[in-house]
Amino acid sequence: MIDALWGWPPPVLDPAGPYSERVTILAWVLLAMALVVTLIVVIALWIAVKGPDSLKRKLGGEKTVWIGGIAFPGVVLSVLLVWGLMMTGSLSEPITGKEMRIRVVGEMWWFRVQYLDNQGRVVMDGANEIHIPTNVPVVLELTSADVIHSFWVPHLSGKKDMIPGRVTLLRIEADRPGVFGGVCAEYCGGPHALMGFVTVAHEPEEWKQWAVQRNIALGEAIEPFGSVDVAGALPVVDDDVPPRIPPTPIVGEAARGRALFMSVGCAACHRVAGTEANGLAGPDLTHVGSRRTLGAGILPNHLGTMMGWIGDSQAIKPGIRMPSYDRLPAEDIAAMAMWLEQQK
Amino acid sequence: MNSETGFDPALYDRFPTEKQPDEDVEELNRIWAAPKGWGLLTAVNNNYIGFWYVATSFLFFLLAGILALGMRVQLAAPMQEFLPQDTYNQFFTMHGTVMMFLFAVPAVEAIGVMLLPQMLAARDLPFPRLSAYAFWAYFVGGLAFFCSLFVGLAPDGGWFMYPPLTSETYSPGLNADFWLLGIGFIEISAIAGAVEIIVGVLRTRAPNMTLDRMPMFAWAMLVFAVMIVLAFPAVILCTMLLEIERAFNWPFFDPTRGGDPMLWQHLFWFFGHPEVYIIFLPAAGLMSVMVTSIARTELIGYRLNVLALVATGFISFGVWAHHMFATDMPAVSTGYFSAASMAVSLPAGIQVFCWIATLASGKVQSTTPAHFVIGSIVTFTMGGLTGVMVGLVPFDLQVHDTYFIVAHLHYVLIGGMVFPMFAAFYTWAPMTSSKALSDKLGKWIFWLMFTGMHVTFLPMHLTGFMGMPRRVYTYLPGRGFDVLNLTSTIGSFILGAGILLFLFDLARNFRFSTEESAGNVYRGGTLEWLPSGLYSTRSIPVVHSRQPLWDNPNICDEVEEGRYFLPNAPTGTRETLITSPIRAEPQYVQLMPGPSPWPLAAAVFTAGFFLSLTVQAYMFGIFCGVIAVFSVLRWLWETDRPLPDKKEVDIGGGIMVPVAITGPKGHGWWALNVLMVVLGMIAFMAVFAYLYLYGINPEVWIDPPSLGETALIVGANGVALACTWIGRWILKRRAGGYAHDAPWVFQAIAAVILAGSLYLDMTGWQDIGLRPTESGMGAIVFMLMVLQGQVVIISLIMAAYLGFREARGLLTTPTNVTMDIVARFIAYSAIQGTALTLLPRLFLGG
Repeated sequence: MIDALWGWPPPVLDPAGPYSERVTILAWVLLAMALVVTLIVVIALWIAVKGPDSLKRKLGGEKTVWIGGIAFPGVVLSVLLVWGLMMTGSLSEPITGKEMRIRVVGEMWWFRVQYLDNQGRVVMDGANEIHIPTNVPVVLELTSADVIHSFWVPHLSGKKDMIPGRVTLLRIEADRPGVFGGVCAEYCGGPHALMGFVTVAHEPEEWKQWAVQRNIALGEAIEPFGSVDVAGALPVVDDDVPPRIPPTPIVGEAARGRALFMSVGCAACHRVAGTEANGLAGPDLTHVGSRRTLGAGILPNHLGTMMGWIGDSQAIKPGIRMPSYDRLPAEDIAAMAMWLEQQK
Repeated sequence: MNSETGFDPALYDRFPTEKQPDEDVEELNRIWAAPKGWGLLTAVNNNYIGFWYVATSFLFFLLAGILALGMRVQLAAPMQEFLPQDTYNQFFTMHGTVMMFLFAVPAVEAIGVMLLPQMLAARDLPFPRLSAYAFWAYFVGGLAFFCSLFVGLAPDGGWFMYPPLTSETYSPGLNADFWLLGIGFIEISAIAGAVEIIVGVLRTRAPNMTLDRMPMFAWAMLVFAVMIVLAFPAVILCTMLLEIERAFNWPFFDPTRGGDPMLWQHLFWFFGHPEVYIIFLPAAGLMSVMVTSIARTELIGYRLNVLALVATGFISFGVWAHHMFATDMPAVSTGYFSAASMAVSLPAGIQVFCWIATLASGKVQSTTPAHFVIGSIVTFTMGGLTGVMVGLVPFDLQVHDTYFIVAHLHYVLIGGMVFPMFAAFYTWAPMTSSKALSDKLGKWIFWLMFTGMHVTFLPMHLTGFMGMPRRVYTYLPGRGFDVLNLTSTIGSFILGAGILLFLFDLARNFRFSTEESAGNVYRGGTLEWLPSGLYSTRSIPVVHSRQPLWDNPNICDEVEEGRYFLPNAPTGTRETLITSPIRAEPQYVQLMPGPSPWPLAAAVFTAGFFLSLTVQAYMFGIFCGVIAVFSVLRWLWETDRPLPDKKEVDIGGGIMVPVAITGPKGHGWWALNVLMVVLGMIAFMAVFAYLYLYGINPEVWIDPPSLGETALIVGANGVALACTWIGRWILKRRAGGYAHDAPWVFQAIAAVILAGSLYLDMTGWQDIGLRPTESGMGAIVFMLMVLQGQVVIISLIMAAYLGFREARGLLTTPTNVTMDIVARFIAYSAIQGTALTLLPRLFLGG
């Protein structure tokens, strides 16, 4: 799964939404411009050094500077600038208040994801995975809990910094379903290199089902989804998320894993809705079993990687806040991993 | 108007004069002889300092290059463990920091120190001891800073050091402090060098070398130095802010207490982007000079080129926020900065096409410098084009902070600065070595470096498009950029092989010598190719064109026979000719200080001061600081000693000029003005910081103290200002001889009053409950006082120094350079104090 996120074609040149698409066109034009100008300079240099005297004479005067160094770049740059400014304007359309709202908080070294209703209330917590319906404008409210991070999903949009004390807004929109990789693009110390996430764009119907499974109550925010009536399918609640009922029945090893999770310390930092695990420092693990990745976008998610992560997170991603639980026997780790993998 | 100073240009017709006696050369050799043995360390002559300076900066180039190879090995394949995470983070931070601050800026400054006096046919730079101090501060400080890597205490917050990552909370170790320390040295030596270069270029040119006849390198260095003076204050201020936040918990950058992390980015990039041009412009100046000698013809578009240098310097101060497009700036601002970023590429284009046209108009020699110069034009053009690309906001938001930028900046810096520097090594090594470097080996070196450079960095454009961010110590497998990264690693070793081969060439052929040189191998036309010794040229020629050596084939012999200015040492000491800034008309003979251990001592104890502060040994730090200040004063003590029996001397052709001079014509007065611009810019940046924080967090602002108190402070500053003037007036009334009574007292009174008014200002704010640790407002208001405190302390020291000189009978009347400088500096302090007091007290109260 992860392998499909990146690679060829390069995400910057492989847009999956209206914002990145415009930039891709600009990128191709700029690359062509750079290539042509480089060729001009190389040819001019060749003439200057080895060319026939007749051409050298033409090149060897101040006129060359006026044409090549002033007139030509002046025109090219002006055209590019006007185009670039117009595009900048079109990419920063004002927020209408009708967009889907998701808050993403950069933390050392993962992304907290909070789906908001139109009042700005949190209706569901998540981590390192953002689910959006296709063809629906989404406004991301970006901020940071500690140092400066930067949010970047090259398939969907340019990047935007996540700055402590501020909220920056980023519009994204996907026009095709898919899983698009994202990373933190601003150096944030330690394992910055291993701070990623995925954005999953679903067909609206599929997204509806996903949301229902997770009891997302998006209230009126759903209305502007146009012809796709996502709202009707959702249980709309007035205040908060309805209580989640954890997957049942819990028996055998998984039940032991659940008990261990609560007793060895995991619950101090992690929350699993519907259980007594209510820690807020680390990623919310309520639906961790359904996530595509572990460790903030770095490992595929299955029983084996979950065990590896619990037992030796510091080796996989040195410097993070979560200790390696290498003092626990392997069967305890396996039990916890089993229970966590059930949290779909 | 034919004359700038009243000097009659017809007098130039007296030159060349008669051949002068050879004994004068002996005299020059004796006067300019360098100390022997260990004493050589006390040398201040630019032939030595310049060479050591270049060598040290090249050492840092090699060290930072080795760090780069380490990083490339780590990134050769995904999830490697060659360098652990924290080591890698230190490596990339040090690579950027060392390359920018310990290599690039000092290297171009070093080449300036080494070449400028020769190019301008000055005997030395105007403040040789300042050069020596700048070099030693850089040498000692730079090495100490680099060694932090060996104990795992090297900074790891990136060369841009963004808070809050670098604040005490997230970087509790000493690592970040070492960065601030290392940069502290470079700030000092860069500013010292800039003062030197501005005054040197404007006041020590050979007679009749009008601005229009200066070698392009001198123009570039002039713009470079002015840019340092204007840009470095921003980084001086922001490093001070961060260190004070870290050490004393003043929340400049802490959003929870009314600070703002973006303040750092504005200040840092206000310095950081001009910095790029600070590095590039001198190299471009070297290119223009070398292109001329490679093509054996005049530079085409000389004036356009000058215009381009000045325009680059000017526009570069308006582009800083293009490093911050992703921080959610208003669209109007991004539009402006985007336009400025486009505009700044125009002057670069002008220069590139000047070079191409010049090459086309002449006959290109296939030499090593020619290879590097042409390679540089190609590479720099490519980097410039990707620069245009990232100037467009939507595109930048995609590639910002990715490997595309890594590629872009290395194309610009290697193409724009490193290749020209290697061309310059080959061009000018014969000037300072008894043997030229191997032209044959040089071409091999070029092809290795050129190939290696492109194999390393060309793929990185694509790596960036594929989504690889910068500053990552590793990457996950299966993202498609394994092959690209491996290619880059291979390329970096090819580049490294080229540099290794260069070291071999150096070892085999380079023999530093001040006595014999390999001569004008590439047949340059500028004055540095005149026959010379430690005293530079025997006599200082009259310049009639931009390529005097080409236009007057006899000039070398004429200069050597002493048939021009200053063929001897009329005062019997080290001296150089000071000329007017525009038309270079002879004005007076400056007496120059000789070798001294004090600049070295000052540098070592400056290093001790900063190091002790870093490791929080405050008492030892103060001890070192005091010795450093004493050393500076001690070296100054020997300067400003006019010879009362020789008021005027014959500088050749029967032309008489004064020896030493006071007032606005003097070189010291010029240097002080430059220093005041630096201090003024630091204060101005602090004012910006004040207004910025107010704009972001006005809710933490409280009402200022009473107007009556404010009026009292301003009034006191006015009295201080008056006192500085009275002191000079008293001195002026005593014509002749030395002053022994009183004029210094008024300077001392002025300085004490300034200290008192600062104390009033501080207690006033404390009384209404403002605390520097509690809010952004408190931090920045007290910071304004810290800045004022610095100039007040210097004022007090200067007044005391003046008192000592008066007591020792060194205060000449009716005017005196030391008095001029002290009075002027204290007057500046009074004005700065008034401005910094009024800002928070009158404007924008809560």
